[in-house]
Amino acid sequence: MATIVVNGERRTVDADPDTPLLWVLRDLLGLTGTKYGCGIGQCGACTVHLEGEAIRSCQYPVSSVEGKKITTIEGLSADGSHPVQKAWIAAQAPQCGYCQSGQIMSAAALLSKTPKPTDEQIDAAMQGNLCRCGTYQRIRKAIHLAAEGGAA
Amino acid sequence: MSQSTVTRRDFLRAGAVAGTGLTIALWLPGCSKPAASAGDTGAAGGTFEPNAFLTIGADDSVTIISKHMEMGQGAYTGMATLVAEELDADWSKVKVVGAPGDASKYGNALFGGIQGTGGSSSVAEAFTQMRQAGATARALLVAAAAATWNVPAAEVTVENGVVKHKGGKSARFGELVAKAAQLTPPKDVPLKDRAAFRYIGKDGLPRTDVLAKVTGTATFTQDVKLPGMLTAVVARAPRFGATVKSFDDAKAKAVKGVRAVVQVPGGVAVVADHFWAAKKGRDALTVEWDSAKAERRSSDAILAEYRGLAAKPGEKAGGRGDAAGALRGAKKTVEATYTFPYLAHASMEPLNCVAQVSAGGCELWYGAQIHTGDQMAVAGVLGIKPEQVKVNSLYAGGSFGRRAAKGSDYVLEAVHIAKALGTGAPVKLVWTREDDMRAGNYRPAMLHVARAGLGADGKPVAWVHTVVGQGAIAGSGFAPPKGPDPSSSEGISDLAYAVPNLSVQVHDAKSPVPVQWWRSVGHTHTAFAKECFVDECAHAAGQDPVAYRLALLGSEPRHAGVLKLAAEKAGWGTPLPAGRARGVAVHQSFNTYVAEVAEVSKRPDGSLKVERVVCAVDCGVAVNPDVIRAQMESGIAYGLGAMLHGAITLKDGVVQQANFDTFPSLRLTEMPVVEVHIVPSDEKPTGVGEPGLPPLAPAVANAWYALTGTRIRDLPFKGA
Repeated sequence: MATIVVNGERRTVDADPDTPLLWVLRDLLGLTGTKYGCGIGQCGACTVHLEGEAIRSCQYPVSSVEGKKITTIEGLSADGSHPVQKAWIAAQAPQCGYCQSGQIMSAAALLSKTPKPTDEQIDAAMQGNLCRCGTYQRIRKAIHLAAEGGAA
Repeated sequence: MSQSTVTRRDFLRAGAVAGTGLTIALWLPGCSKPAASAGDTGAAGGTFEPNAFLTIGADDSVTIISKHMEMGQGAYTGMATLVAEELDADWSKVKVVGAPGDASKYGNALFGGIQGTGGSSSVAEAFTQMRQAGATARALLVAAAAATWNVPAAEVTVENGVVKHKGGKSARFGELVAKAAQLTPPKDVPLKDRAAFRYIGKDGLPRTDVLAKVTGTATFTQDVKLPGMLTAVVARAPRFGATVKSFDDAKAKAVKGVRAVVQVPGGVAVVADHFWAAKKGRDALTVEWDSAKAERRSSDAILAEYRGLAAKPGEKAGGRGDAAGALRGAKKTVEATYTFPYLAHASMEPLNCVAQVSAGGCELWYGAQIHTGDQMAVAGVLGIKPEQVKVNSLYAGGSFGRRAAKGSDYVLEAVHIAKALGTGAPVKLVWTREDDMRAGNYRPAMLHVARAGLGADGKPVAWVHTVVGQGAIAGSGFAPPKGPDPSSSEGISDLAYAVPNLSVQVHDAKSPVPVQWWRSVGHTHTAFAKECFVDECAHAAGQDPVAYRLALLGSEPRHAGVLKLAAEKAGWGTPLPAGRARGVAVHQSFNTYVAEVAEVSKRPDGSLKVERVVCAVDCGVAVNPDVIRAQMESGIAYGLGAMLHGAITLKDGVVQQANFDTFPSLRLTEMPVVEVHIVPSDEKPTGVGEPGLPPLAPAVANAWYALTGTRIRDLPFKGA
């Protein structure tokens, strides 16, 4: 059994200690907004916030996050009203959409610490998030929009 | 394949849906078997097979049923735009769902009537049909309002989901649904003139799927959860063509949560309560493989064979004049060989499928791309009829052609597992990233040898071109009965350049390595060979690459149009900062014309950096300009990632790549600035999902040559 705090709620799950947080969220808690893309921390589709930091949830056994605060895309806002989500809509960033939860969680973590990021800071924060559809130009634009409050 | 011969006169009917609203149904002549479906109430009469494309609810919602699947390319938005335009719907009330598997209603006329999405065909195929569906619904709403208000229909207008009379009365769609559903639909409803369009061709229309995709609520196959559902992970052979000799599942079965281990064609499946248990079970499995008939060659050996084949005459794939004779007589000759690796599609969502097999048939939930082919394949395995295979179409987390699986490989695997279990429980088959990358159905490895003879004016008088490789479409329903695989030489066998003597030959190579279409199919390599080679000819002639091409495109106005536009917008011929150079390419694929000018530089470590790409596209009537721009950006990014990093290689038959660490993808830091310019056009709309890709790699390679003097002839290439 493991207990984690997901989107403000304490959740106890019957999971082996080595189960990655990703699969606890998806298969045991039904929070499917967080995606599986590679399982080795290479693609960023599984990005969530651990105590406010963007992390790859496929790389964290549930035993390592016991009692910690996790935020998933479902916890960012209930209705797409988070400034980053609004900027994503304004830039019409998603295509297939599969990587976008992870992209948004990485961008939200960046902006919470660096409200006005430079392109270099965006590069550093976002280079771990793959998008096979190639929405990168719009992701960069969306992050700048969110920083400027332009999509509010 | 030709456009549907069905005209709107033939097939308009409407049916009422008790309590839910108005359903517009289209009837295809020749389909006489009655069939029930969601939204079909029989009120229209039981003798026709209705083909529902939209439902209007009493709550004003407009639900469009998209025959074309959504894999990121914007097809749902495209279908909705066409219907909403003619319906004068309120865009904020429009939503889209994927059509179930039923070719009699949702067949693709450009695919000979089977249901499927691909070949950049969605908007091209459905442009008129979806508008007619919307226009007929609108006419019924107008008639319902006119009858209710006792006014002439001619005095009733529709604007943004509200039906109005000049006398001041108005009603929302939902208020008219019950009445409209009772009326007989008119025939030959006129479609709007282009000048009246409010949605088609306009910016500012958000994608219908954007909110779901920024909130994590869009349902992909990976997200399906059904009562009693189990998850399966399969151990597959390390080499293509190998089979299971024996396996020991004792340790796998001891893993907590593992429910069963079953052998299926191609491997051994571990079925468990959830993914992690299934994966641990697979890790604990011991399988012995029989590789007697498997591919054992390495990529180098395969390419060496291709070089040998290229020296021999192949099958004729196209040509004109006397190319061999003209080549012998030419003043100057140019020759180049280009090689291309196998490529995985590597969509962000690894392949998966949910299958339930029960006495009554089979039900599937997945990002279906070729519904009819999958239904037929599944029916064959289960000994049932294709219509007993119910397909629920979900969002696909990318495809790039892979979900249109030749042989329905991943779908059948899910069905085999569900069948072997024999419990009737739904099973979600999950491929890990490694499974997805090693499963094949790759873009084939290819080799091109091009020879040209230049005349006194420097222009080619002869072009002799040989292509060697496995045919991408061979073995599929799209393959011709005889002759070389047409995809291997598409874009070259029908060379747009005015070269009087052309000879194109193809060697169809054979291998157990399964191959299929990959975003833009043969154009992935033919455009590179053609556009790099014409650039080599231009330089050999000492002529400007844009002017040289234009001189050869005198009878190709749409090629020339995009080329001129891209060159102008890119500032072709104007000075660049030191350390930068431009290259150009132009190519038509899927009836869409695209030219791209790439601006490149060299990083301090010697690697190639693409700074900027200026793209001009002519896709006929631009239905969704922002989706078109997005698809050009996407094709450029996907093409650049493949050019710089993409290669699946074999060693002793074993795929050397497994995940994104060994098969790198383009990252945000490598994305160039992309500018897209759309040629205004009244031509029929054509596709945009693929055509942005083919010109990218040759434009970059040509720019790299302009910068460094080094030709890129072997892909991938990332620089020094």
